[in-house]
Amino acid sequence: MARKTESEDRPPGEGFSRRSFLQGSALATAGATVMGVAAVLIDQSAAAPSGLLIEGPGYVSIKLQVNGATRTLQVEPRMTLAEALRGPLSLTGTKIACDRGACSACTVWLDGMTVSSCMLLAIDVGTRSVTTIEGMAKGPQLHPVQAAFIEHDAMQCGFCTPGMVMSCAALLQHTPRPTATDVQAAISGHICRCGTYPHVIAATLAAAKTYKA
Amino acid sequence: MAIDVTTRTESFPFGIGRTGLGEIERQVPLNEPPPLPPNADLSVIGKSIPRHNGREKVTGAMSYTIDVNLPGMLFGKILRSSVPHARLRGIDTAAAARYPGVVAIMLIARPDDPAAAVVRYIGAPIAAVAATSAAAADEALALIGLDYQPLPFVADMDTARGQTAPLVYGGAAQVGGNAAEESEIPLLAGLPVKGNVRGPATDGRGNVTQGFAQADVVVEAEFRTQVQTHCCMESHAVVADWRSDGLTVHMSTQSTTGVRHELAQTFGLPLHRVRVIVDGVGGGFGSKSSLGNHGRIAVSLSRQAQAPVRIVLDRQEEQMDSGNRPGTWQHLRVGSRHDGTLTAISLESYGTAGITVGAGVGNVAQGLYDCPNFTGAQHDVFINAGPGCAMRGPGNTPGAWGLEQLIDELAERLSIDPLALRDRIDLSPTRREERRIGAARIGWPSRRAPGTDRGPLKRGMGMAQSLWGANVQTNAACEVRLMRDGWIEVRSSVQDIGTGITTVLAQVVAEVFGLRPEAIAVRIGDTEFPAGPPSNGSRTTASITPPARTAAWRVLQTLLLAAAPALNVSAAQLIARDGRIAVRDNPSRGMKFEEAAALLRTDQISEIASRSDDYAGFRQRKGDAAVALEDLGGVQFAEVTVDTETGIIRIERVVAVHDCGRPMNPLQIESQVQGGVLMGISYALFENRILDQNTGRMVNPNLEQYKVVGPRETPTIEVIALENYQGQSATDAYGIAEPANIGTAPAIGNAVYNAIGVRLRNLPMTPAAVLAALGKIPSRS
Repeated sequence: MARKTESEDRPPGEGFSRRSFLQGSALATAGATVMGVAAVLIDQSAAAPSGLLIEGPGYVSIKLQVNGATRTLQVEPRMTLAEALRGPLSLTGTKIACDRGACSACTVWLDGMTVSSCMLLAIDVGTRSVTTIEGMAKGPQLHPVQAAFIEHDAMQCGFCTPGMVMSCAALLQHTPRPTATDVQAAISGHICRCGTYPHVIAATLAAAKTYKA
Repeated sequence: MAIDVTTRTESFPFGIGRTGLGEIERQVPLNEPPPLPPNADLSVIGKSIPRHNGREKVTGAMSYTIDVNLPGMLFGKILRSSVPHARLRGIDTAAAARYPGVVAIMLIARPDDPAAAVVRYIGAPIAAVAATSAAAADEALALIGLDYQPLPFVADMDTARGQTAPLVYGGAAQVGGNAAEESEIPLLAGLPVKGNVRGPATDGRGNVTQGFAQADVVVEAEFRTQVQTHCCMESHAVVADWRSDGLTVHMSTQSTTGVRHELAQTFGLPLHRVRVIVDGVGGGFGSKSSLGNHGRIAVSLSRQAQAPVRIVLDRQEEQMDSGNRPGTWQHLRVGSRHDGTLTAISLESYGTAGITVGAGVGNVAQGLYDCPNFTGAQHDVFINAGPGCAMRGPGNTPGAWGLEQLIDELAERLSIDPLALRDRIDLSPTRREERRIGAARIGWPSRRAPGTDRGPLKRGMGMAQSLWGANVQTNAACEVRLMRDGWIEVRSSVQDIGTGITTVLAQVVAEVFGLRPEAIAVRIGDTEFPAGPPSNGSRTTASITPPARTAAWRVLQTLLLAAAPALNVSAAQLIARDGRIAVRDNPSRGMKFEEAAALLRTDQISEIASRSDDYAGFRQRKGDAAVALEDLGGVQFAEVTVDTETGIIRIERVVAVHDCGRPMNPLQIESQVQGGVLMGISYALFENRILDQNTGRMVNPNLEQYKVVGPRETPTIEVIALENYQGQSATDAYGIAEPANIGTAPAIGNAVYNAIGVRLRNLPMTPAAVLAALGKIPSRS
């Protein structure tokens, strides 16, 4: 690579500083990543043992059960479920905010359980059924949590709202009569920078009153 | 007084709703509507109407900039500096240019240009790539070779102030980044630069030396605040589409109008060739007011590639290079008589907005209390870190952290209750009423002496006040259209960043036509519509609702003229109410609204109105930005429990009493104030951008180690909004976003003192800081 490390430019006589060491190792890490891609390519071109399926690094065809329908799509093996939903499937209601499982904005259901879709590869979903925010309303009929979110203004910018709805609706599925503490626990992984937590809790408790599991 | 023939005299409701309304006469432009009655007499304004776009938001249908997907769109990525200070001697893009999928490469840093060869913080943009996929763009970035010549750097404000500190700028060079634009921040143009220190910006009145000499009691202290990042859930995002016939930019922005102007200026285009569009904005809080590096880069790449280019910052870029609330140090001194009368206040501050300016502590010390003698000296300190920018209550949030604690210290020294002292020194009748209401709600008389609890869990109660100007943008216009089938549409380039202006515009227009707000279509966030105000400085509602009502009222006049002959009355005898156009004195005589609309001469009628001056004038005005005569108030009370064994502070309850002129939608106001309080709790207890002093790198550029308040730390937050009528515009509404944030941290600070009897003067108040203050562990500073 044409990139030169700082240590090559270090003036004569200067010791090996912690700073230059860290910078050097950061570059080394970047190099290793590129090497890793190359290694996969070699694996693929080599004759695979019979019965061993190697997918990637190019696009592979997969089937996903999403909101009750079977969808066929082309994904790179490294593509997360969140990316697959938002990209090839055009289901942009699922939001990516941190892309590393820290904020829960991308929450969807997998067989009825909440997951951060940014932390799961699309090719690993398999036959499990995916439910996204687009699958919550039955036609014009909103899910009770969705309706309660509107009534209680459990949103401001609305960006974290789809994920919040997924977690609160999942809570009612499993705990139809939750306490405020239950709701706090259910959304404890969510970050809402606008600060809608009080209204989210109020809305979910209100939805529970009319909710039939 | 000379008679102005372009205005008429009207009598407006005046004063604070709960204390009994009076009336005040104002001169109103002839083409503006009659005074709006108090909320109690209205059917839609002032009511808790559900969010207009609520259904879109809960179903995932709301479209944000990160969801915009244009045909042929490319993906842009930015190569950023991995070192805090260096001169670039070479950039090799040959391998990247050959990488499959790469369409365009641009250099931001230029080794051949001395002015553009230096990078000054980790995360500074160096080059950018547009490719057919985001992954290809990322991979191409890794192929760009950089030859850095490292330069000495400084990543800490105290070190940067020293005589021998490495210089961020070689002398008094140009300053990069998005300098703060908020009106409350002292503008620092033309100030001296010495080393890394710019300033001081000075302000003063009276004679402080004499004032302190007259004081019976003087209190003084130093306060520190950390760097806070905005953490918008939707990171900064842009889709630029450069075409020969014009430039269209989709951008997650707080100011379509402002970004349009910046684009026109930056790229040498006439304004009419630039269009900026935004639908949903996933948070801004001050960080999305300008075009930004990512905006300039996306447009340049699009022009080069002849294709639309999308850039979405990842969370790390967002944390390092999308702005932050500057860190500050301030020394405050307050002198008073035995009875609490203030004689002098002095302020000295140093703050750092990284490589840029705007790190002042606002005008709290200068303006919150009645004091004849004041002097202030505020400095900016450059360090090798990402640029700061405005963040919710810029300046005044760190400013209130200091002054509001010191006023409590003064009250204790004087043996006066903190509320009683403020009753003496605060001239604002609004805040006086807010203190009274808040004290009753929280149960202030039950507050005990500091450190009363005997066990390890110590409870405390405190309060603090906010100061924020009631900002108005005069470059704010709104169109209202009525079609012959009864369809009504409101149009403005104003954007809804989550504050709910979409809903409020529907309410305002519905009230005029006697319709339900759901019947009003609101089309905003597009510069093809009349220019809307920026959503910063708590100015949106104050700026855009008066022209919306005025435009709707003018349209209604035309409609009434069209309907009058059919009812055999004059237009002046008609009113719009309950979905009908009816005769005022005999409402059973009339017709449905749609029937009246069908009588229009043309398919569509339309009026555009702009924001006139406040009827009694502005206190201050600079360009399009004005400040109303009366400031906004805001008083908050907090109850806390401090665990003196773990150092953990728990906020139990907050009572927030606020005013925003005429409250337009109490439910949305509650949402926004709760959000301001939570951001204040987060500032007080958790958030902190941490720079590694050995590398200049932010060590927590994410959302897990950068701690933001979550549901479990959320207390009961009770919001009370006053009706405070001033008779100043067609709606008499002002903003609330920033006051809701300013008083929270000092209210908690005062409550923590009340709990443990030891004062914490530095933010954030982490468990370690509490234990250190209690002498249980060594102090780290």
